[in-house]
Amino acid sequence: MTVLLSLENLSVHAGNKALVSNLSFSLNRGERLGLIGESGSGKSLTSLAATGLLPAGLSSSGSAILAGKQVIGASDRELNQLRGTAVAIVFQEPLTALDPLMRVGKQVAEPLARRAQRDGAPLSGATLDKAVLALLDEVALPEPQRMATSYPHELSGGQRQRIAIAMALACKPDLLIADEPTTALDVTTQAEILGLLDRLVRTRNMALLFISHDLPVVANTVERVVVLRQGETVEAGNVTEVFGNPRHDYTKSLLAAARRLDDAMEGRS
Amino acid sequence: MSTATMTAPTEKKSHSLALKAGLLLVGIHIFMGLLTLVWLPYDPTAMAGGRLEGPSLLHLLGTDRLGRDLFTQMMIGSRIALIVGIGAVAIGAVIGVTLGLLAAFASKWLDDALAATLDILIAFPTLLIAMLVVAASDTANLWSAIIALGIALSAIVARLTRILAKRVLVMDYITAARTSGSSWPKIVAIHILPNIWPTLSVNFALQFGLAVIAEASLSYLGLGAPPPNASWGRILQEAQGTVYTAPLGAIAPGIALVSLAIGVNLLADGLRDTIDPTRRAR
Repeated sequence: MTVLLSLENLSVHAGNKALVSNLSFSLNRGERLGLIGESGSGKSLTSLAATGLLPAGLSSSGSAILAGKQVIGASDRELNQLRGTAVAIVFQEPLTALDPLMRVGKQVAEPLARRAQRDGAPLSGATLDKAVLALLDEVALPEPQRMATSYPHELSGGQRQRIAIAMALACKPDLLIADEPTTALDVTTQAEILGLLDRLVRTRNMALLFISHDLPVVANTVERVVVLRQGETVEAGNVTEVFGNPRHDYTKSLLAAARRLDDAMEGRS
Repeated sequence: MSTATMTAPTEKKSHSLALKAGLLLVGIHIFMGLLTLVWLPYDPTAMAGGRLEGPSLLHLLGTDRLGRDLFTQMMIGSRIALIVGIGAVAIGAVIGVTLGLLAAFASKWLDDALAATLDILIAFPTLLIAMLVVAASDTANLWSAIIALGIALSAIVARLTRILAKRVLVMDYITAARTSGSSWPKIVAIHILPNIWPTLSVNFALQFGLAVIAEASLSYLGLGAPPPNASWGRILQEAQGTVYTAPLGAIAPGIALVSLAIGVNLLADGLRDTIDPTRRAR
Protein backbone atom coordinates (compact mmCIF):
# COMPACT_ATOMS: atom_id res chain seq x y z
CA MET A 1 0.00 0.00 0.00
CA THR A 2 1.20 3.48 -0.83
CA VAL A 3 1.28 6.09 1.87
CA LEU A 4 -0.47 9.21 0.54
CA LEU A 5 -0.23 11.47 3.54
CA SER A 6 2.04 11.08 6.49
CA LEU A 7 2.16 13.61 9.31
CA GLU A 8 4.89 13.40 11.88
CA ASN A 9 4.94 15.74 14.87
CA LEU A 10 3.12 18.36 12.84
CA SER A 11 2.62 21.58 14.78
CA VAL A 12 0.93 24.81 13.77
CA HIS A 13 1.83 28.03 15.57
CA ALA A 14 0.40 31.51 15.67
CA GLY A 15 3.30 33.45 17.15
CA ASN A 16 4.14 31.58 20.34
CA LYS A 17 0.79 29.93 20.67
CA ALA A 18 0.55 26.34 19.50
CA LEU A 19 -2.73 25.69 17.69
CA VAL A 20 -1.86 22.13 16.71
CA SER A 21 0.92 20.28 18.50
CA ASN A 22 2.80 17.13 17.59
CA LEU A 23 0.13 15.53 15.47
CA SER A 24 1.10 12.29 13.77
CA PHE A 25 -0.87 9.96 11.56
CA SER A 26 -0.59 8.41 8.14
CA LEU A 27 -3.10 7.60 5.47
CA ASN A 28 -2.85 4.98 2.71
CA ARG A 29 -4.69 4.69 -0.55
CA GLY A 30 -8.25 3.50 -0.02
CA GLU A 31 -8.18 4.30 3.69
CA ARG A 32 -10.61 6.57 5.50
CA LEU A 33 -9.55 8.51 8.53
CA GLY A 34 -11.73 10.72 10.69
CA LEU A 35 -10.31 13.79 12.41
CA ILE A 36 -12.70 14.76 15.18
CA GLY A 37 -12.90 17.35 17.88
CA GLU A 38 -14.86 20.43 18.85
CA SER A 39 -14.64 23.79 17.09
CA GLY A 40 -11.21 25.34 17.42
CA SER A 41 -9.48 22.03 18.13
CA GLY A 42 -7.26 22.44 15.07
CA LYS A 43 -8.98 20.04 12.67
CA SER A 44 -9.22 22.39 9.71
CA LEU A 45 -5.78 23.90 10.36
CA THR A 46 -4.34 20.39 10.09
CA SER A 47 -5.81 19.97 6.61
CA LEU A 48 -4.56 23.40 5.54
CA ALA A 49 -1.07 22.70 6.92
CA ALA A 50 -0.97 19.35 5.13
CA THR A 51 -1.63 21.10 1.82
CA GLY A 52 0.57 24.12 2.54
CA LEU A 53 -2.37 26.52 2.55
CA LEU A 54 -2.01 28.01 6.02
CA PRO A 55 -3.09 31.65 6.13
CA ALA A 56 -0.36 34.28 6.55
CA GLY A 57 0.65 34.67 10.18
CA LEU A 58 0.51 30.96 10.94
CA SER A 59 3.58 28.77 10.70
CA SER A 60 3.99 25.02 10.73
CA SER A 61 6.78 22.74 11.85
CA GLY A 62 7.42 19.03 11.90
CA SER A 63 6.86 16.92 8.84
CA ALA A 64 3.94 16.52 6.45
CA ILE A 65 4.69 14.26 3.52
CA LEU A 66 2.08 14.41 0.78
CA ALA A 67 2.47 11.99 -2.11
CA GLY A 68 6.13 11.53 -1.24
CA LYS A 69 6.95 15.24 -1.04
CA GLN A 70 7.67 17.31 2.03
CA VAL A 71 5.05 20.08 2.32
CA ILE A 72 6.50 22.00 5.27
CA GLY A 73 8.88 24.62 3.95
CA ALA A 74 8.17 23.83 0.30
CA SER A 75 7.74 26.73 -2.12
CA ASP A 76 4.36 27.66 -3.48
CA ARG A 77 5.38 26.55 -6.96
CA GLU A 78 6.34 23.06 -5.81
CA LEU A 79 3.13 22.82 -3.83
CA ASN A 80 1.02 23.93 -6.79
CA GLN A 81 2.12 20.78 -8.61
CA LEU A 82 0.88 18.66 -5.72
CA ARG A 83 -2.37 20.50 -5.26
CA GLY A 84 -5.00 19.55 -7.73
CA THR A 85 -3.22 16.25 -8.40
CA ALA A 86 -2.46 14.54 -5.12
CA VAL A 87 -5.10 16.20 -3.01
CA ALA A 88 -8.39 18.11 -3.19
CA ILE A 89 -10.56 19.60 -0.47
CA VAL A 90 -14.33 19.83 -0.05
CA PHE A 91 -15.27 22.66 2.27
CA GLN A 92 -17.90 23.06 4.93
CA GLU A 93 -19.94 25.90 3.54
CA PRO A 94 -20.90 25.17 -0.06
CA LEU A 95 -22.14 28.71 -0.64
CA THR A 96 -18.77 30.35 0.02
CA ALA A 97 -16.84 27.50 -1.62
CA LEU A 98 -18.28 28.45 -5.00
CA ASP A 99 -17.61 31.67 -6.86
CA PRO A 100 -20.97 33.51 -6.80
CA LEU A 101 -20.40 35.16 -10.19
CA MET A 102 -19.33 32.13 -12.22
CA ARG A 103 -21.60 29.53 -13.75
CA VAL A 104 -21.05 26.26 -11.91
CA GLY A 105 -20.27 24.38 -15.12
CA LYS A 106 -17.33 26.71 -15.69
CA GLN A 107 -16.20 26.26 -12.09
CA VAL A 108 -16.06 22.51 -12.60
CA ALA A 109 -14.41 22.90 -16.01
CA GLU A 110 -11.61 25.00 -14.52
CA PRO A 111 -9.83 22.28 -12.43
CA LEU A 112 -10.85 19.64 -14.98
CA ALA A 113 -9.03 21.42 -17.79
CA ARG A 114 -5.99 22.03 -15.58
CA ARG A 115 -5.73 18.38 -14.58
CA ALA A 116 -6.12 17.27 -18.19
CA GLN A 117 -3.41 19.72 -19.20
CA ARG A 118 -1.08 18.28 -16.57
CA ASP A 119 -1.83 14.76 -17.73
CA GLY A 120 -0.76 15.83 -21.19
CA ALA A 121 -4.21 15.39 -22.71
CA PRO A 122 -5.69 18.91 -22.85
CA LEU A 123 -9.46 19.21 -22.94
CA SER A 124 -11.31 22.06 -24.56
CA GLY A 125 -14.54 23.01 -26.26
CA ALA A 126 -17.07 20.25 -26.69
CA THR A 127 -14.94 17.51 -25.10
CA LEU A 128 -14.47 19.63 -22.00
CA ASP A 129 -18.22 20.34 -21.83
CA LYS A 130 -18.88 16.63 -22.10
CA ALA A 131 -16.43 15.85 -19.31
CA VAL A 132 -18.10 18.47 -17.10
CA LEU A 133 -21.54 16.96 -17.71
CA ALA A 134 -20.17 13.48 -16.99
CA LEU A 135 -18.80 14.71 -13.67
CA LEU A 136 -22.07 16.41 -12.74
CA ASP A 137 -23.78 13.15 -13.55
CA GLU A 138 -21.30 11.23 -11.41
CA VAL A 139 -22.18 13.34 -8.35
CA ALA A 140 -25.84 12.52 -9.07
CA LEU A 141 -27.01 16.02 -9.98
CA PRO A 142 -30.29 15.99 -11.85
CA GLU A 143 -30.40 17.66 -15.29
CA PRO A 144 -26.64 18.26 -15.62
CA GLN A 145 -27.27 20.39 -18.73
CA ARG A 146 -29.36 22.90 -16.84
CA MET A 147 -27.18 22.73 -13.71
CA ALA A 148 -24.03 23.58 -15.65
CA THR A 149 -25.45 26.94 -16.75
CA SER A 150 -26.74 27.87 -13.29
CA TYR A 151 -25.16 30.25 -10.82
CA PRO A 152 -24.52 29.02 -7.26
CA HIS A 153 -27.34 31.12 -5.79
CA GLU A 154 -29.80 29.34 -8.03
CA LEU A 155 -28.99 25.94 -6.49
CA SER A 156 -29.96 24.34 -3.17
CA GLY A 157 -27.40 23.68 -0.44
CA GLY A 158 -27.17 20.00 -1.28
CA GLN A 159 -26.76 20.72 -4.99
CA ARG A 160 -24.03 23.24 -4.25
CA GLN A 161 -22.16 20.69 -2.14
CA ARG A 162 -22.42 18.20 -5.01
CA ILE A 163 -20.88 20.82 -7.31
CA ALA A 164 -18.09 21.38 -4.77
CA ILE A 165 -17.49 17.62 -4.70
CA ALA A 166 -17.48 17.53 -8.50
CA MET A 167 -14.84 20.31 -8.47
CA ALA A 168 -12.71 18.25 -6.09
CA LEU A 169 -13.16 15.12 -8.21
CA ALA A 170 -12.18 17.06 -11.33
CA CYS A 171 -8.65 17.09 -9.91
CA LYS A 172 -8.67 13.26 -9.85
CA PRO A 173 -7.04 13.42 -6.43
CA ASP A 174 -5.53 10.43 -4.63
CA LEU A 175 -6.52 11.99 -1.34
CA LEU A 176 -9.82 13.74 -0.72
CA ILE A 177 -10.06 15.97 2.32
CA ALA A 178 -13.65 16.63 3.39
CA ASP A 179 -13.79 19.47 5.89
CA GLU A 180 -17.14 19.15 7.64
CA PRO A 181 -18.85 18.65 4.28
CA THR A 182 -22.29 18.01 5.75
CA THR A 183 -22.42 20.48 8.63
CA ALA A 184 -24.28 23.16 6.70
CA LEU A 185 -26.85 20.71 5.33
CA ASP A 186 -30.09 19.34 6.71
CA VAL A 187 -30.23 15.75 7.90
CA THR A 188 -31.68 14.09 4.78
CA THR A 189 -29.32 15.94 2.45
CA GLN A 190 -26.51 15.05 4.83
CA ALA A 191 -27.22 11.35 4.43
CA GLU A 192 -27.28 11.68 0.62
CA ILE A 193 -23.98 13.54 0.50
CA LEU A 194 -22.35 11.02 2.84
CA GLY A 195 -23.63 8.19 0.67
CA LEU A 196 -22.23 9.94 -2.38
CA LEU A 197 -18.80 10.49 -0.77
CA ASP A 198 -18.73 6.87 0.36
CA ARG A 199 -19.51 5.62 -3.14
CA LEU A 200 -16.98 7.93 -4.82
CA VAL A 201 -14.14 7.08 -2.43
CA ARG A 202 -14.85 3.40 -3.02
CA THR A 203 -15.15 3.46 -6.82
CA ARG A 204 -12.20 5.81 -7.35
CA ASN A 205 -10.10 4.13 -4.66
CA MET A 206 -9.19 7.46 -3.05
CA ALA A 207 -8.06 8.02 0.50
CA LEU A 208 -10.45 10.10 2.59
CA LEU A 209 -9.56 12.46 5.40
CA PHE A 210 -12.90 13.27 6.98
CA ILE A 211 -13.01 16.23 9.34
CA SER A 212 -16.04 16.54 11.58
CA HIS A 213 -17.37 17.21 15.03
CA ASP A 214 -20.38 15.04 14.36
CA LEU A 215 -19.61 11.66 15.93
CA PRO A 216 -22.43 9.57 14.41
CA VAL A 217 -21.49 10.86 10.95
CA VAL A 218 -17.83 10.03 11.53
CA ALA A 219 -18.66 6.58 12.91
CA ASN A 220 -20.55 5.69 9.75
CA THR A 221 -18.01 7.11 7.32
CA VAL A 222 -14.50 6.17 8.41
CA GLU A 223 -12.49 3.22 9.72
CA ARG A 224 -9.99 5.03 11.92
CA VAL A 225 -10.28 8.21 13.99
CA VAL A 226 -7.96 10.71 15.57
CA VAL A 227 -9.53 12.73 18.38
CA LEU A 228 -8.15 16.24 18.74
CA ARG A 229 -8.56 18.58 21.67
CA GLN A 230 -6.99 22.03 21.69
CA GLY A 231 -4.57 20.89 19.04
CA GLU A 232 -3.42 17.76 20.83
CA THR A 233 -4.18 14.16 20.00
CA VAL A 234 -6.05 12.66 22.90
CA GLU A 235 -6.90 9.34 21.34
CA ALA A 236 -6.47 7.49 18.05
CA GLY A 237 -7.43 4.11 16.71
CA ASN A 238 -10.19 2.12 15.08
CA VAL A 239 -13.64 3.67 15.17
CA THR A 240 -15.16 0.69 16.95
CA GLU A 241 -12.42 0.66 19.57
CA VAL A 242 -12.33 4.38 20.23
CA PHE A 243 -16.09 4.86 20.28
CA GLY A 244 -16.87 1.52 21.92
CA ASN A 245 -14.31 1.79 24.64
CA PRO A 246 -13.13 5.39 25.00
CA ARG A 247 -10.11 5.71 27.25
CA HIS A 248 -9.81 9.44 27.46
CA ASP A 249 -12.25 11.58 29.43
CA TYR A 250 -12.61 13.99 26.53
CA THR A 251 -13.69 11.27 24.11
CA LYS A 252 -16.10 10.01 26.74
CA SER A 253 -17.62 13.46 27.14
CA LEU A 254 -17.97 13.86 23.35
CA LEU A 255 -19.71 10.49 23.14
CA ALA A 256 -21.92 11.26 26.11
CA ALA A 257 -22.95 14.54 24.52
CA ALA A 258 -23.79 12.78 21.26
CA ARG A 259 -25.82 10.18 23.15
CA ARG A 260 -27.72 12.76 25.13
CA LEU A 261 -28.67 14.46 21.88
CA ASP A 262 -29.81 11.12 20.44
CA ASP A 263 -31.89 10.41 23.51
CA ALA A 264 -33.47 13.83 23.43
CA MET A 265 -34.30 13.41 19.75
CA GLU A 266 -35.98 10.10 20.38
CA GLY A 267 -37.96 11.40 23.35
CA ARG A 268 -36.10 9.53 26.05
CA SER A 269 -34.71 11.42 28.98
CA MET B 1 -44.93 35.62 -0.47
CA SER B 2 -47.33 38.20 -1.79
CA THR B 3 -44.96 41.06 -0.99
CA ALA B 4 -42.16 39.27 -2.83
CA THR B 5 -44.23 38.86 -5.97
CA MET B 6 -45.46 42.42 -5.63
CA THR B 7 -42.07 44.09 -5.26
CA ALA B 8 -40.03 42.07 -7.73
CA PRO B 9 -41.51 43.52 -10.93
CA THR B 10 -41.46 47.14 -9.72
CA GLU B 11 -37.83 46.77 -8.66
CA LYS B 12 -36.92 45.42 -12.04
CA LYS B 13 -38.81 48.23 -13.70
CA SER B 14 -36.99 50.91 -11.70
CA HIS B 15 -33.66 49.31 -12.64
CA SER B 16 -34.38 49.44 -16.31
CA LEU B 17 -35.73 52.97 -15.89
CA ALA B 18 -32.44 54.06 -14.34
CA LEU B 19 -30.58 52.36 -17.15
CA LYS B 20 -32.70 54.11 -19.80
CA ALA B 21 -32.41 57.52 -18.16
CA GLY B 22 -28.65 57.05 -17.82
CA LEU B 23 -28.33 55.95 -21.43
CA LEU B 24 -30.33 58.98 -22.57
CA LEU B 25 -28.32 61.53 -20.57
CA VAL B 26 -24.93 60.07 -21.40
CA GLY B 27 -26.06 59.42 -24.96
CA ILE B 28 -26.84 63.11 -25.54
CA HIS B 29 -23.34 64.11 -24.40
CA ILE B 30 -21.65 61.35 -26.41
CA PHE B 31 -23.65 62.37 -29.49
CA MET B 32 -22.72 66.03 -29.04
CA GLY B 33 -19.09 65.15 -28.38
CA LEU B 34 -18.81 62.92 -31.44
CA LEU B 35 -20.66 65.43 -33.59
CA THR B 36 -18.03 68.08 -32.85
CA LEU B 37 -15.47 65.90 -34.62
CA VAL B 38 -17.29 66.21 -37.94
CA TRP B 39 -19.56 69.23 -37.70
CA LEU B 40 -20.01 72.39 -35.66
CA PRO B 41 -22.79 74.98 -36.03
CA TYR B 42 -20.22 77.83 -35.97
CA ASP B 43 -16.51 78.34 -35.67
CA PRO B 44 -16.08 78.22 -31.88
CA THR B 45 -13.45 80.97 -31.86
CA ALA B 46 -15.05 83.37 -34.32
CA MET B 47 -17.68 86.02 -33.74
CA ALA B 48 -20.85 84.41 -34.96
CA GLY B 49 -23.28 87.11 -33.98
CA GLY B 50 -23.78 90.13 -31.78
CA ARG B 51 -22.46 90.19 -28.22
CA LEU B 52 -24.56 88.59 -25.48
CA GLU B 53 -27.48 87.80 -27.72
CA GLY B 54 -30.38 85.87 -26.20
CA PRO B 55 -31.47 82.46 -27.44
CA SER B 56 -32.78 82.41 -30.99
CA LEU B 57 -33.15 79.92 -33.81
CA LEU B 58 -29.73 80.97 -35.12
CA HIS B 59 -28.08 80.73 -31.71
CA LEU B 60 -29.92 78.16 -29.57
CA LEU B 61 -28.24 79.28 -26.36
CA GLY B 62 -27.37 82.77 -27.45
CA THR B 63 -23.85 84.20 -27.69
CA ASP B 64 -21.19 85.11 -25.15
CA ARG B 65 -19.60 88.51 -24.48
CA LEU B 66 -17.29 88.08 -27.47
CA GLY B 67 -20.19 87.14 -29.74
CA ARG B 68 -19.23 83.44 -29.98
CA ASP B 69 -22.03 80.88 -30.26
CA LEU B 70 -22.63 79.35 -26.83
CA PHE B 71 -24.21 76.13 -28.14
CA THR B 72 -21.09 75.41 -30.21
CA GLN B 73 -18.93 75.88 -27.14
CA MET B 74 -21.20 73.65 -25.06
CA MET B 75 -20.85 70.89 -27.66
CA ILE B 76 -17.08 71.12 -27.49
CA GLY B 77 -17.45 71.15 -23.71
CA SER B 78 -19.22 67.77 -23.92
CA ARG B 79 -16.29 66.34 -25.84
CA ILE B 80 -13.75 67.70 -23.38
CA ALA B 81 -15.76 66.47 -20.39
CA LEU B 82 -16.01 62.95 -21.84
CA ILE B 83 -12.30 62.83 -22.65
CA VAL B 84 -11.43 64.05 -19.16
CA GLY B 85 -13.85 61.66 -17.44
CA ILE B 86 -12.82 58.59 -19.41
CA GLY B 87 -9.13 59.48 -19.36
CA ALA B 88 -8.93 60.27 -15.65
CA VAL B 89 -10.96 57.20 -14.64
CA ALA B 90 -8.89 54.95 -16.92
CA ILE B 91 -5.62 56.24 -15.45
CA GLY B 92 -7.04 56.07 -11.93
CA ALA B 93 -8.33 52.53 -12.53
CA VAL B 94 -5.10 51.12 -13.94
CA ILE B 95 -2.88 52.64 -11.25
CA GLY B 96 -5.41 52.15 -8.46
CA VAL B 97 -6.37 48.53 -9.18
CA THR B 98 -2.72 47.53 -9.59
CA LEU B 99 -1.69 49.21 -6.33
CA GLY B 100 -4.73 47.86 -4.50
CA LEU B 101 -4.09 44.28 -5.59
CA LEU B 102 -0.42 44.68 -4.72
CA ALA B 103 -1.36 45.84 -1.22
CA ALA B 104 -3.85 43.02 -0.80
CA PHE B 105 -1.16 40.45 -1.58
CA ALA B 106 1.76 42.25 0.08
CA SER B 107 3.46 41.29 3.31
CA LYS B 108 2.08 42.97 6.37
CA TRP B 109 4.52 45.87 6.62
CA LEU B 110 4.34 46.72 2.92
CA ASP B 111 0.56 46.56 3.07
CA ASP B 112 0.54 48.84 6.12
CA ALA B 113 2.90 51.27 4.42
CA LEU B 114 0.80 51.36 1.25
CA ALA B 115 -2.44 51.75 3.22
CA ALA B 116 -1.00 54.63 5.24
CA THR B 117 0.27 56.37 2.10
CA LEU B 118 -3.11 55.98 0.44
CA ASP B 119 -4.90 57.35 3.50
CA ILE B 120 -2.66 60.41 3.48
CA LEU B 121 -3.29 60.93 -0.25
CA ILE B 122 -7.04 60.56 0.23
CA ALA B 123 -6.96 63.09 3.08
CA PHE B 124 -5.97 65.73 0.49
CA PRO B 125 -8.90 66.97 -1.58
CA THR B 126 -8.79 65.56 -5.13
CA LEU B 127 -8.80 69.07 -6.57
CA LEU B 128 -5.83 70.14 -4.45
CA ILE B 129 -3.69 67.18 -5.61
CA ALA B 130 -4.69 67.87 -9.19
CA MET B 131 -3.72 71.55 -8.78
CA LEU B 132 -0.35 70.52 -7.34
CA VAL B 133 0.35 68.18 -10.26
CA VAL B 134 -0.72 70.79 -12.81
CA ALA B 135 1.37 73.43 -11.07
CA ALA B 136 4.37 71.09 -11.07
CA SER B 137 4.12 70.51 -14.82
CA ASP B 138 5.23 73.57 -16.77
CA THR B 139 2.37 73.98 -19.17
CA ALA B 140 -1.25 73.76 -18.21
CA ASN B 141 -3.07 71.73 -20.82
CA LEU B 142 -5.85 69.19 -21.02
CA TRP B 143 -3.55 66.20 -20.68
CA SER B 144 -1.78 67.44 -17.59
CA ALA B 145 -5.22 67.97 -16.05
CA ILE B 146 -6.32 64.45 -17.00
CA ILE B 147 -3.14 62.85 -15.65
CA ALA B 148 -3.37 64.92 -12.48
CA LEU B 149 -6.98 63.88 -11.88
CA GLY B 150 -6.17 60.25 -12.70
CA ILE B 151 -3.41 60.20 -10.11
CA ALA B 152 -5.64 61.86 -7.53
CA LEU B 153 -8.43 59.34 -8.17
CA SER B 154 -6.09 56.34 -8.13
CA ALA B 155 -5.65 56.59 -4.36
CA ILE B 156 -9.38 56.11 -3.80
CA VAL B 157 -9.51 53.22 -6.28
CA ALA B 158 -6.45 51.59 -4.69
CA ARG B 159 -7.92 51.70 -1.21
CA LEU B 160 -11.24 50.31 -2.37
CA THR B 161 -9.56 47.57 -4.43
CA ARG B 162 -7.39 46.57 -1.50
CA ILE B 163 -10.35 46.16 0.85
CA LEU B 164 -12.53 44.37 -1.72
CA ALA B 165 -9.73 42.02 -2.77
CA LYS B 166 -8.96 41.17 0.85
CA ARG B 167 -12.59 40.32 1.42
CA VAL B 168 -12.62 38.00 -1.59
CA LEU B 169 -9.24 36.47 -0.68
CA VAL B 170 -10.55 34.89 2.51
CA MET B 171 -13.45 33.19 0.74
CA ASP B 172 -13.44 29.40 0.53
CA TYR B 173 -13.60 29.44 -3.26
CA ILE B 174 -10.18 31.06 -3.36
CA THR B 175 -8.79 28.34 -1.08
CA ALA B 176 -10.62 25.78 -3.22
CA ALA B 177 -9.01 27.20 -6.37
CA ARG B 178 -5.62 27.09 -4.63
CA THR B 179 -6.18 23.47 -3.58
CA SER B 180 -6.98 22.54 -7.13
CA GLY B 181 -3.61 23.97 -8.19
CA SER B 182 -4.67 27.30 -9.69
CA SER B 183 -1.94 29.95 -9.88
CA TRP B 184 -2.33 33.40 -8.32
CA PRO B 185 -2.46 35.34 -11.62
CA LYS B 186 -5.21 33.03 -12.81
CA ILE B 187 -7.12 33.39 -9.54
CA VAL B 188 -6.87 37.18 -9.79
CA ALA B 189 -8.13 37.11 -13.37
CA ILE B 190 -11.04 34.72 -13.05
CA HIS B 191 -12.13 35.04 -9.40
CA ILE B 192 -10.92 38.24 -7.78
CA LEU B 193 -11.42 40.82 -10.53
CA PRO B 194 -14.91 39.62 -11.54
CA ASN B 195 -16.00 39.62 -7.90
CA ILE B 196 -14.75 43.10 -7.08
CA TRP B 197 -15.83 44.52 -10.44
CA PRO B 198 -19.51 45.29 -9.63
CA THR B 199 -18.53 47.50 -6.68
CA LEU B 200 -15.55 49.01 -8.50
CA SER B 201 -17.56 49.92 -11.59
CA VAL B 202 -20.10 51.89 -9.57
CA ASN B 203 -17.20 53.66 -7.92
CA PHE B 204 -15.71 54.43 -11.34
CA ALA B 205 -18.98 56.09 -12.32
CA LEU B 206 -18.89 58.24 -9.19
CA GLN B 207 -15.31 59.17 -9.99
CA PHE B 208 -16.18 59.98 -13.58
CA GLY B 209 -18.56 62.62 -12.23
CA LEU B 210 -15.91 63.75 -9.77
CA ALA B 211 -13.29 64.06 -12.51
CA VAL B 212 -15.57 66.05 -14.82
CA ILE B 213 -16.49 68.47 -12.06
CA ALA B 214 -12.86 68.72 -10.93
CA GLU B 215 -11.72 69.51 -14.47
CA ALA B 216 -14.40 72.19 -14.69
CA SER B 217 -13.06 73.61 -11.45
CA LEU B 218 -9.48 73.53 -12.77
CA SER B 219 -10.55 75.26 -15.97
CA TYR B 220 -12.55 77.76 -13.96
CA LEU B 221 -9.34 78.56 -12.08
CA GLY B 222 -7.41 78.72 -15.32
CA LEU B 223 -5.46 75.50 -14.64
CA GLY B 224 -7.26 73.26 -17.12
CA ALA B 225 -7.36 73.31 -20.86
CA PRO B 226 -6.11 76.73 -22.02
CA PRO B 227 -8.23 78.93 -24.33
CA PRO B 228 -9.66 78.58 -26.88
CA ASN B 229 -10.66 75.13 -25.55
CA ALA B 230 -14.25 75.54 -24.45
CA SER B 231 -14.31 73.49 -21.27
CA TRP B 232 -17.53 73.93 -19.29
CA GLY B 233 -15.50 75.37 -16.42
CA ARG B 234 -14.05 78.02 -18.73
CA ILE B 235 -17.48 78.90 -20.15
CA LEU B 236 -18.74 79.30 -16.60
CA GLN B 237 -15.80 81.49 -15.67
CA GLU B 238 -16.19 83.69 -18.74
CA ALA B 239 -19.91 84.07 -18.08
CA GLN B 240 -19.28 85.18 -14.53
CA GLY B 241 -19.09 88.90 -15.26
CA THR B 242 -22.31 88.94 -17.28
CA VAL B 243 -24.34 86.49 -15.21
CA TYR B 244 -27.14 89.01 -14.50
CA THR B 245 -27.60 90.14 -18.08
CA ALA B 246 -27.00 86.77 -19.81
CA PRO B 247 -27.57 84.02 -17.21
CA LEU B 248 -27.62 81.22 -19.79
CA GLY B 249 -23.83 81.32 -19.96
CA ALA B 250 -23.69 80.14 -16.36
CA ILE B 251 -26.79 77.95 -16.31
CA ALA B 252 -25.92 75.87 -19.38
CA PRO B 253 -22.54 74.55 -18.16
CA GLY B 254 -24.06 73.85 -14.75
CA ILE B 255 -26.87 71.79 -16.19
CA ALA B 256 -24.50 70.01 -18.54
CA LEU B 257 -22.15 69.06 -15.69
CA VAL B 258 -24.93 67.77 -13.47
CA SER B 259 -26.68 65.87 -16.26
CA LEU B 260 -23.49 64.09 -17.31
CA ALA B 261 -22.54 63.18 -13.73
CA ILE B 262 -26.03 61.90 -12.93
CA GLY B 263 -26.29 60.10 -16.26
CA VAL B 264 -23.06 58.17 -15.75
CA ASN B 265 -24.13 57.14 -12.26
CA LEU B 266 -27.56 55.96 -13.40
CA LEU B 267 -25.93 54.09 -16.25
CA ALA B 268 -23.43 52.36 -13.95
CA ASP B 269 -26.15 51.38 -11.49
CA GLY B 270 -28.34 50.04 -14.24
CA LEU B 271 -25.49 48.17 -15.90
CA ARG B 272 -24.39 46.58 -12.64
CA ASP B 273 -27.90 45.29 -12.03
CA THR B 274 -28.02 43.72 -15.47
CA ILE B 275 -24.49 42.28 -15.33
CA ASP B 276 -24.42 40.91 -11.76
CA PRO B 277 -26.23 37.54 -11.87
CA THR B 278 -27.00 37.60 -8.15
CA ARG B 279 -28.92 40.87 -8.57
CA ARG B 280 -30.75 39.90 -11.70
CA ALA B 281 -34.45 39.30 -11.20
CA ARG B 282 -35.04 35.56 -11.17
